[in-house]
Amino acid sequence: MYRYDAIDRSVIQDRSAEFRDQVERRLSGALTEEHFKPLRLMNGLYLQLHAYMLRVAIPYGALSSDQLRGLARIGRIYDKGYGHFTTRQNLQFNWIRLEQTPDILDALAEVDLHAIQTSGNCIRNTTSDPYAGATAEEVDDPRVWCEAIRQWSTLHPEFSYLPRKFKIAVTAAPQDRTAAKVHDIGLVLRRDRDGQLGFEVMVGGGMGRTPYLGTTIREHLPVQSLLSYLSAILRVYNRHGRRDNIFKARVKILVAALGAGEFARQVEAEWTTMDRVAVDLPDVELARIRGAFSYVRFVDASPVSSSLEAARRADPTLGRFVRNNVKPHKIAGHAIVNISLKTPGEVPGDCSSDQMDAIANLADQYGYGEIRVTHEQNLVLPHVKLDDLAAVHAGLKAAGLACPNVGLASDIIACPGLDYCSLANTRAIPVAQSIAQRFSMPDVAESVGELKIKISGCINACGHHHVGHIGILGVDKKGEEFFQLTLGGSGAEDASLGDVLGPAVAYDQVTPAVDALVQAYLRERRGAERFLDTYRRVGLTPFKAAVYAEAH
Amino acid sequence: MPKLISRDGPEASSFVWREDGFTHIADDEAPGGELGQVIISLSRFQADGDRWLAEGRSVGVRLKPEDPVEGLAYDLPRLAVVALEFPKFRDGRALSAAALLRERYGYAGELRAVGEVVRDLAKEMSRCGFDSFEPSDGSTPEQWTISVFRFRHVYQSAADRRAPAFRERIHIPTAEG
Repeated sequence: MYRYDAIDRSVIQDRSAEFRDQVERRLSGALTEEHFKPLRLMNGLYLQLHAYMLRVAIPYGALSSDQLRGLARIGRIYDKGYGHFTTRQNLQFNWIRLEQTPDILDALAEVDLHAIQTSGNCIRNTTSDPYAGATAEEVDDPRVWCEAIRQWSTLHPEFSYLPRKFKIAVTAAPQDRTAAKVHDIGLVLRRDRDGQLGFEVMVGGGMGRTPYLGTTIREHLPVQSLLSYLSAILRVYNRHGRRDNIFKARVKILVAALGAGEFARQVEAEWTTMDRVAVDLPDVELARIRGAFSYVRFVDASPVSSSLEAARRADPTLGRFVRNNVKPHKIAGHAIVNISLKTPGEVPGDCSSDQMDAIANLADQYGYGEIRVTHEQNLVLPHVKLDDLAAVHAGLKAAGLACPNVGLASDIIACPGLDYCSLANTRAIPVAQSIAQRFSMPDVAESVGELKIKISGCINACGHHHVGHIGILGVDKKGEEFFQLTLGGSGAEDASLGDVLGPAVAYDQVTPAVDALVQAYLRERRGAERFLDTYRRVGLTPFKAAVYAEAH
Repeated sequence: MPKLISRDGPEASSFVWREDGFTHIADDEAPGGELGQVIISLSRFQADGDRWLAEGRSVGVRLKPEDPVEGLAYDLPRLAVVALEFPKFRDGRALSAAALLRERYGYAGELRAVGEVVRDLAKEMSRCGFDSFEPSDGSTPEQWTISVFRFRHVYQSAADRRAPAFRERIHIPTAEG
């Protein structure tokens, strides 16, 4: 993976020193909270219900084992011995004291990590495919372009005080594991008929209270022009995006107001008059970045592992783990291992410091020292030999991390909700825990198959409910927690926004309602249809009947 | 006479206090009898600019964030100052306006930040091409110098002409790993 050089290191060290100065001015009273707030948010520091929360950037979700150990250490020293992986492939510490944040940033900098632009109205951490560099599906390694974007967007002088936050996702595979269509900019790498690499550029996707899927404004942008084209989009947005109403300030509102055609025309006009040579990375720098991602020297391994096959026969839990959590690798004899952070009963996305250390050790021993974070709040060991799968499974089991539920009903995305967040109306974590318990029997979960349940504790939609096969949105009704159900959303390549099922249900009725939806699906499904496919074929009616018949 | 924080020369690595010879004149205010140096709004400039310039005044124009800089393109050679307003420091529109004035329209004169001008944005403003500042937070040129040059390296090319990392790396091919 990409290793920081002296220049990259100097930037995060200097940023840490700058933030230390800002915190000292706040603590001395030289800065008011109103003045300090946008400054601390630019460095990922939120004031939550019970404490400060610090969001650490994990650029495009890629971590080294040393970095994961560094996070584990910080979790032990400055938090309560755990961290929380987010839908943007970042990590949050939930119990932070303001005066300690400069020291935490220094500790992060020691392992080339930081909290730059993890919040605030700026370009956020770019997200990407957690299988990058490992899947045979991709046309190019998206991390090359993510790293280019990371550098360009870090402390960008012109685009750090935007109307609102700005999120970019990059994927290079037909199967979209980044939710690219619900980002401010979604970039999909493709080759054209002549074999030239280019980006499909989609803008104006997003969730929140006004969800939109992104619209394509460029079918095939030559890859070398990526940064100048992004600059053109950001400049149009920075100048013309609304600043009078925080709820109408995202680029999706500007794109909708102008129309995608007019927005595209303004971007092209900006782009064609820009000094692109000054902005776009020269080939030599792109080559330097690309080289950093090709260091893994895969060992020769047999495409079929007889030891794995024997171990699977001996241990059905390994068989189930391989079936659900292990995906094909581009190199013969290797596999991609997903680590579920959704063991039923646990908090989705939470990982203890001890677990982080265990994963880091497994990565060192069996996985070329690499770990990825997924937007579904799980972790990935991207390169594991088939011969080592049984040992990895055993190691994960010992750390309580071998739940074989990736992509199944209990693999739920949930925001922190009212247990932590100052914006939430309702709890999300206990709702997720209750549903996960309902589908905790592996046979039951597997018989239901792929089912993406996503829970947001308020309209801001951090839990991605709009794109859940089953989406659950917490709403406050006269001081009581209610939950609105949506069906048929998807954040993948077949992206769609969910449809509202009907009236919201009470807190204790959510799990029975989800259960009723699943029962209706099992009755209606044909062949190997997923829940989503069945819903798209039959529509709301049978699901509505199932939920509201039982409720009355 | 009020003071400005000013870059000590176009490529200088420090900031100094400078006497401000200009007066901000509101739209309903007379410009003063002696042919003083004035900064006026875009609409005032469109109404009275030609006459005042003909009288021999030095004229600067103050743009609100919603005023398009494109409208000023042909007048730039006649202007002594362009002042761009930050109604709040977190309103970054003037940063794009500054970058356009410097990079697209080749404006080489004084580019002044007015409004909520705080040292926490000193580096962004300087990098986008501002070279004089009416600080609203009581900050000093020394603090400004620290804020602007705190970062030893930058990733982007911008109006300040600092070499971005990707150019530095060509010259230092073996940056330590």
